[in-house]
Amino acid sequence: MSVENGIGASVRRKEDQRFITGNGHYLDDINRVGQAYGYFLRSPYAFAKIKNIDLSAAKAAPGVVDIFTGADMVADGIGGLICGWGITSKDGSPHNAPPHNSLAVDAVRHVGDQVAFVIAESLQQAKDAAELIEVDYEVLTPVTNISKALDSGAPQIHDEAPGNLCYDWELGDKAAVDAAFANAAHVSKIDVVNNRLSPNPMEPRAALGEYDAGSGELTLHTTSQNPHVARLIMSAFLGIAPENKLRVIAPDVGGGFGSKIFVYAEETTTIWAARKINRPVKWTADRSEAFLTDAHGRDHVTHAELATDSDGKILAFRVSTQANMGAYLSTFASAVPTYLYGTLLSGQYKIPSIYCEVQAGFTNTTPVDAYRGAGRPEATYVVERMMDTAARDLKMDPTEFRLKNFIQPDAYPYETPVIMTYDSGDYPLAMNMAKDMIDYNGFAARKAQSEANGKIRGIGVAAYIEACGIAPSAAVGSLGAGVGLWESAEVRFNPTGSVTVFTGSHSHGQGHETTFAQIISDKLGVPIESVEVVHGDTSKVPFGMGTYGSRSLAVGGSAIVKAIDKIVEKSKKIAAHLMEASVEDIEHEHGVFSVAGTDKKLTMGEIAFAAYVPHNYPADLEPGMAENAFYDPLNFTFPAGTHIAEVEIDPATGVVDIVDWAAADDFGNIINPMIVEGQVHGGVAQGIGQALLEGVVYDDESGQLLTGSYMDYCMPRADDLPSFRIATTNTPCPSNPLGVKGCGEAGAIAAPAALMNAIVNALGKDIDMPATPEKVWRAINSN
Amino acid sequence: MYSFDYERPSGVNEAVSAIGEDDKFLAGGQTLLPTLKLRLAQAGKLVDLGGIAELKGISVSGSEVSIGAMTRHVDVANSADVKSAIPALSYLASHIGDAQVRNRGTIGGSISNNDPAADYPAALVGLGATVHTNKRSLSAEDFFVDLFETALEEDELVTKVTFPIPEKAGYAKFPNPASRYALTGVFVAKTAQGVRVAVTGAGPCVFRQTDMEAALSSNFSADALSGIKTEASGLSADIHASADYRANLISVMAARAVKAAS
Repeated sequence: MSVENGIGASVRRKEDQRFITGNGHYLDDINRVGQAYGYFLRSPYAFAKIKNIDLSAAKAAPGVVDIFTGADMVADGIGGLICGWGITSKDGSPHNAPPHNSLAVDAVRHVGDQVAFVIAESLQQAKDAAELIEVDYEVLTPVTNISKALDSGAPQIHDEAPGNLCYDWELGDKAAVDAAFANAAHVSKIDVVNNRLSPNPMEPRAALGEYDAGSGELTLHTTSQNPHVARLIMSAFLGIAPENKLRVIAPDVGGGFGSKIFVYAEETTTIWAARKINRPVKWTADRSEAFLTDAHGRDHVTHAELATDSDGKILAFRVSTQANMGAYLSTFASAVPTYLYGTLLSGQYKIPSIYCEVQAGFTNTTPVDAYRGAGRPEATYVVERMMDTAARDLKMDPTEFRLKNFIQPDAYPYETPVIMTYDSGDYPLAMNMAKDMIDYNGFAARKAQSEANGKIRGIGVAAYIEACGIAPSAAVGSLGAGVGLWESAEVRFNPTGSVTVFTGSHSHGQGHETTFAQIISDKLGVPIESVEVVHGDTSKVPFGMGTYGSRSLAVGGSAIVKAIDKIVEKSKKIAAHLMEASVEDIEHEHGVFSVAGTDKKLTMGEIAFAAYVPHNYPADLEPGMAENAFYDPLNFTFPAGTHIAEVEIDPATGVVDIVDWAAADDFGNIINPMIVEGQVHGGVAQGIGQALLEGVVYDDESGQLLTGSYMDYCMPRADDLPSFRIATTNTPCPSNPLGVKGCGEAGAIAAPAALMNAIVNALGKDIDMPATPEKVWRAINSN
Repeated sequence: MYSFDYERPSGVNEAVSAIGEDDKFLAGGQTLLPTLKLRLAQAGKLVDLGGIAELKGISVSGSEVSIGAMTRHVDVANSADVKSAIPALSYLASHIGDAQVRNRGTIGGSISNNDPAADYPAALVGLGATVHTNKRSLSAEDFFVDLFETALEEDELVTKVTFPIPEKAGYAKFPNPASRYALTGVFVAKTAQGVRVAVTGAGPCVFRQTDMEAALSSNFSADALSGIKTEASGLSADIHASADYRANLISVMAARAVKAAS
């Protein structure tokens, strides 16, 4: 029996009605009586000492309520922003995490660094006043490039990080890898750059701080992917207020892509200032501020080598990466180039030994942290560019080389040399499916046709893997995480049979209100329109860890299932009582409780009503029908698949036209295929953006951000993209009750490698992202 | 945005007499308004030209197309008269910016701003158009002076642009992938006065490629352009494209414009 709008149905998103009719409640839609407006004076320099700040003229400007600097926050005992994941260097030392004050104290370290917070009756007045602040800067020479920053003689950005080094980390067995390389028949090498990206969610970050002098309670509305984590950090580390006096609400949030996981200076300053002036304060970033201050993504420089035997079997893999952390260590920045990167370097392959070392360092740029995929796109890019290079060196078809080295479907659980245990998968199946979808075998004929038309055709494969559903708390704790990564849920029946689900996950575009409702609908037989999903308010939902790393369904959904299990268990007792049967004889399916072997049955709604009006009720049972659960995952999940891109290049201009795209993804079980398809489309679009169009550029000498608007930073648009051929395979995830793996990041992980392999295939030479027309044209016209 | 005064006159003379030293005319606002919002520009007063009926509209006579200064790009793009008289001009207008820009931006505003990567300057110079102001008429080449600089005086306002109808013309544009301005755009026209090749986006200001004009004068075909290169020195270079690449795009776009000419 299946349920209408249940698991597996492409239900239209419940939330879209309000979003597309302009009835959403985004942060800037929310206003309070007596609200003042905050504006940040930001550093115009990439690196400078602050010798003096003169606020006198600005404080006298019309409408100014107050102006704060870093000294005020320090004097109030407010701590700096923290990094929540400790990385240990090769030599056993902890990573260097220099102080990161919300408002600069003594120095600014990137263009856009916060210098002062001006609060006025209107935003215009705040901006006018900010222009009257006199800051005496001693301008210093900046460094923006990670390799240059780690060179000796580079400008020293923090006293606490000698040589600008954050950490020098390693993973894997160096001796085994060295030995394997010494005996290898072939060694292939690549150098790749993973370009720095700006996250660009549609809604810029914003905050609204309120203070209730009567209760002493602070309320912060903020554009967060994880409001409880924000509250925890602000309370425990910054000292804004005790957790019981601090309410954090993340309402409708217009996209995050990771950039809204982090606790930033602006919301911290806003909520602190609201208490200082005892008035509501609102701050909303404009797009220029978003470019300057939303944590960027990627920015790796990598050298990699692959050892193979004479038969084309992989023997060992060696990777050395420099990772740019930006000016300060953002909330989870340290984990991205380490445990979210090095641990995925086995890809889909049986590689006997792997060694990875990562040097992370500081530069005078916007901090870098997790961005859609977070470490895993970087790993996939290195692995898959490496595999194509090795296949080319060995004169093997790149798909044949991969198929020869894949972990086989009967090998699970498979323990990699980089501390992951893959739980399920069928990599050859997905690859062969993608090859069929794009008619891989017909490529040669299409290439010949393109050549006849004066065009250069190429095809490229990426067989990606990611670790999602982050993550077992004990495992990540042993690797340095400062938090547990479980999730919470409460399933609460109302007396009339409708359901409110409270989840610690946070939806900022993912469609949880639909997907989670489908689970309730399927398991408990409640019509989907009678299910309300509540998230994003620390005063309403149990402590939760939020949404990132494609974890909502695998971890948050599993917590909901656990709560449902408790509901069913209790309902069986009530059903047994009402139908005068023993609990063991009660059967349950989709919200119908029946007595085995009879036609007696009760619906979930009837039982919920009985629980709230317990006139005829088991004597030893609590009334009411609401259960909560916390779910700590047993393992990561491992979505994987193959994407194949086909391109045609115009040699006259270097323009790359993506002519075809095939994606075969294994996300395990799927709750809503339409939403999954949308996630794949969006992810691939972002991956194509990285490969062809996007790239943050800083001026080398001044450290100014040159790509500070959409005039210069190129986001992918519909006419940049092909139609996608999309299919899924399914090896259910064995470690969670839904059998789901996660789908939110796959496209962004797979696409850059597939597309760049296609371009390299066409050109016959390596090229770095973004493959702009000029770069491609130069590659064609160089020897 | 800094505060400013606002006026919306209904006639050209009224508009011109309203403008003072620190004031600015507001046409479609597609450059001016974002610049004001970012506090990169300031105006004592904005004199909105949107209420002046005489500045709007398209008319075609036997030999020329006349377009009022406040005519929007979308109207030029969709005009059956323009499509029939100078299809390349209609095509050019249909590829300016994006739909939002085309629905607000005007020809007068665009040419008065003289952005080096704007599309219209190529059409004006390529077709040998005449720019009419409240004071005088001047050739397109005299009108466009340098980077963001025109021959307009402070109290001078473009009222219309007249385009002689060519025998044939074509426009090929390589858009900046981010902004969709012309990274390089080439307008080619075969006119009664000879062949004209105008290049926008590649340099600090629109210019004529005379070597190509000479080659096309004897043989109006893409093949005639083969081997004709543009010197890279003097062309623009930025994070989007080097001068060398722009020089290459001039050759490629010129050939495509000739092929597209109708």
